Amino acid sequence: MFNYLARRIFYAFVALLVVVTVTFLFMHIIPGGPFQREKALPEAVKANIEARYNLDEPLYRQYLDYLGHLAKGDLGPSYKYRGRTVNDIIDERFPVSMQLGGVAIAIALLIGVPAGILAALKQNKIPDYSVMFFSTIGIAMPSFVIGTILMYFLAYRWGLLPAAMWGTPRQVIMPAIALAGAPTAFIARLTRSSMLDVLGQDYMKTAVAKGLPQTRVLWLHGVKNAIIPVVTYMGPLLAQILTGSFIVENIFAVPGLGKHFVTSIYNRDYTVILGVTVFYCVFLILANLLVDLAYPLLDPRIKLGGRKELV
Amino acid sequence: MQLSTELFKPLEQKVVQTELVRPSTTYWQDAWRRLKQNPAAMVSLAVIILIVLLAIFGPMFSPYTYSEQDFSRRNQGPSAEHWFGTDGLGRDLFTRVLYGARISLSIGFVASLVTIFGMLYGGISGFAGGWLDNAMMRFVDIMYSIPFLLWVILMMVYLKEILPQNAGLISMYLALGLVYWLPMARIVRGQILSLKEQEFVLAAYTIGASKKRILMRHLIPNCMGPVIVTATLTIPQAIFTEAFLSFIGLGVSAPRASWGMLASDALVSLKSFPHLLFFPSAAICITLLAFNFLGDGLRDALDPKMRK
Amino acid sequence: MEHLLQVRDLEVQFSTYAGVVQAVRGINFDVSSGEVVALVGESGCGKSVTAQSIMRLIPSPPGKISGGSIMFNNEDILKKTERQMRKIRGNTIGMIFQDPMTFLNPVLTIATQVTENLVLHKGMSESQAKKRAVNLFELVGIPEPEARLKQYPHQFSGGMRQRVMIAMALACEPKLLIADEPTTALDVTIQAQIMELLKEIKQRLNTAIILITHDLGVVAGIADRVLVMYAGQIVESGTIDEIMKSPSHPYTWGLLKSIPRLDMDRSKKLTPIWGQPPDLLQQFTGCPFAPRCDYAMGICTQKIPPDFGQTKVRCWLRHPQAPAVRLKREVL
Repeated sequence: MFNYLARRIFYAFVALLVVVTVTFLFMHIIPGGPFQREKALPEAVKANIEARYNLDEPLYRQYLDYLGHLAKGDLGPSYKYRGRTVNDIIDERFPVSMQLGGVAIAIALLIGVPAGILAALKQNKIPDYSVMFFSTIGIAMPSFVIGTILMYFLAYRWGLLPAAMWGTPRQVIMPAIALAGAPTAFIARLTRSSMLDVLGQDYMKTAVAKGLPQTRVLWLHGVKNAIIPVVTYMGPLLAQILTGSFIVENIFAVPGLGKHFVTSIYNRDYTVILGVTVFYCVFLILANLLVDLAYPLLDPRIKLGGRKELV
Repeated sequence: MQLSTELFKPLEQKVVQTELVRPSTTYWQDAWRRLKQNPAAMVSLAVIILIVLLAIFGPMFSPYTYSEQDFSRRNQGPSAEHWFGTDGLGRDLFTRVLYGARISLSIGFVASLVTIFGMLYGGISGFAGGWLDNAMMRFVDIMYSIPFLLWVILMMVYLKEILPQNAGLISMYLALGLVYWLPMARIVRGQILSLKEQEFVLAAYTIGASKKRILMRHLIPNCMGPVIVTATLTIPQAIFTEAFLSFIGLGVSAPRASWGMLASDALVSLKSFPHLLFFPSAAICITLLAFNFLGDGLRDALDPKMRK
Repeated sequence: MEHLLQVRDLEVQFSTYAGVVQAVRGINFDVSSGEVVALVGESGCGKSVTAQSIMRLIPSPPGKISGGSIMFNNEDILKKTERQMRKIRGNTIGMIFQDPMTFLNPVLTIATQVTENLVLHKGMSESQAKKRAVNLFELVGIPEPEARLKQYPHQFSGGMRQRVMIAMALACEPKLLIADEPTTALDVTIQAQIMELLKEIKQRLNTAIILITHDLGVVAGIADRVLVMYAGQIVESGTIDEIMKSPSHPYTWGLLKSIPRLDMDRSKKLTPIWGQPPDLLQQFTGCPFAPRCDYAMGICTQKIPPDFGQTKVRCWLRHPQAPAVRLKREVL
């Protein structure tokens, strides 16, 4: 078990290092990168950049400085906005994105998992077909399509919900649904196929042969096994929600980090683009690590795989 | 009871029952038969063929070009002369959607071509095993630790910086090519790893087949099922990514019309001119749905465990 | 005296996309308390289906018990509701399955899996059930029971897992134990151990056992009576002595002849039963074994033979008008 943990942590660290190095190289070395160009920058920003990045120093020193800054969590100043650092921007905007993302994840799990279980239990009957139908649509319809359709009908045509912006619970509804669309569909399908797999397993027959009540057989013997692949999906789920936020926050004018990220792409605010990218990557790598750590708790074959005690 | 003694004479010939054998079909015939029985997949196939034909030949038949502007007819809804209506600059939306089809389909095509590289990468890695496999897969794992989209975004930002303005499409090909070989590499490697252990490989070795021959003639053909499914499902992912990029401003540049661009341009005037958003969105959705259904159908048809 | 289990004219069918498969075609047998009855036959002859029908474990689409009756403990199994069946399963009838790896739940502790039905059927508390589980483990020969209860299936070897399955099945002291090919997935030395264990259980607990197997060698040491099945019917039944020493049905002869013996002449070939089992989609005109039978007569392909004699042999050779058959066979 230790082995497994140690290896996951090590690889997470390596991945982090690679990401950081790539972003560094991108900024400083590649011809045509942001620090090579002679751009007309406002004086204040230019001074900031030069002071911060020591562009006269040899490259390896810049790299070490960069790492040093990162270790302290300092992502540097914004390229475009005077007096604002990347950290400020993240501090201000990330919580909003987290709220939206959290709601979306909750929707995806609370609807997706039961739907998948239901579809598996009633395979090839109406509930199954409906779940499969809606989930295919959820996967195929990009979040901006779902979002704009919702916006058009619920806000503009029928006036049920405010079209955009953030602050009240009602304003959370449409963006959260748009964000949760594809993940819900995916989770439903994943749960369904995992559940179908489990239902066909021999140990389910044993449970029935012991005369156990149906609910116990279904949940303790069945779902406990079926949920394992869904947990492994949590990492990619988070990544999906994160990237999905770029578009959804944009459409609904939610003041989150995703929207700002897109804006900074428009504006070519390089330090923000790279700083936020590094931040996202760190976040995802850590989240994936957490999932990796949680996984053995569910599947004892992994937890105890190291020791063989066969008699 | 008394029965005729005739009945008790031993039978001259034993009726030897023949084995129950079905007419034999090859793997591909069987798969095609199964695919044909899947209505969603067949409809999707037809839709895809239709879209491809429209994309290739459609613009030739249209009286408009994608950039022709006519300020007297801005923002009109669908009509007889403009089947999808016009946009804010008076351009015919239908033609622009057709051009968008060209762009989206070409991107899907490039992405699935890139998977060939993934196939070779995964094949070699899985077949070689040992430290080479480890090293190759480490690289893949590291690439995987960041969402593809972020890689693509970074790449596009960079490329847009160094390439001239109208090279948006080429940049996109490059950026997508950076990442869309990865899933195929993993899948093929996984297949090869499990196939390697099977006995028919051992048998091939014992009759003196060379490693290269084993890889090319035995292992890779056996992967073809998942390869085809993965390649098919990569297409809608790439199209989606392109739409996504265009939506956030990293796509092809005006006046070129990709579906994502059309959708993103239409957003501002959603309230007043919904048709501008509706048609490109519908195009995206139908295409993505068709490829997804087809991919699902192929996966079911090519799954050897489901042979009846 | 009523038998513990009485099966009469049982018929089981499955609806498949190719048609209706008649898996069991009218079988009759009894099992008395404390008796070990072996159900022997090739793959596909219907023995597992018969066993699962007793516990009503056949999945209801596509399977169906289409005829006959099953009386267990003087109660009609086929008339019971699902709820009532659940009280019987794991309680008065226990079942051991073939492959202990796939038949044990990988994510639950052994303790949970063994104590579940104790808590459910006998109303025991967790700690009482645990104590009983420890006793059971000692009975079936698992060392260090307390420690092993906390473990998971993948930490046990094949033979140990099968012992766990047996312990699980015996937990509520069932009157009848159904063992569906319990040693097929194990290697030979472990097989012997498990069979010894089952013998012990029969002697100590007076549990009736239905032993399903395709391996006659396994049967010899433990069975009281043997039922030979072919194509969904019982073609011969008798005590173990009768079957082994004076078998009457050509299929039984074939089975016995095909067992390789240590003292065989090494230059002789093995004698299998040629041909394939019949297609169970069809109705039979005549004896289903006729195409493979060395002694087939005219009537054999025309009419299905009824049961003849003490040992209920389904063979026209037992008809008074049939010629006497001389066969060379080795006596086991």
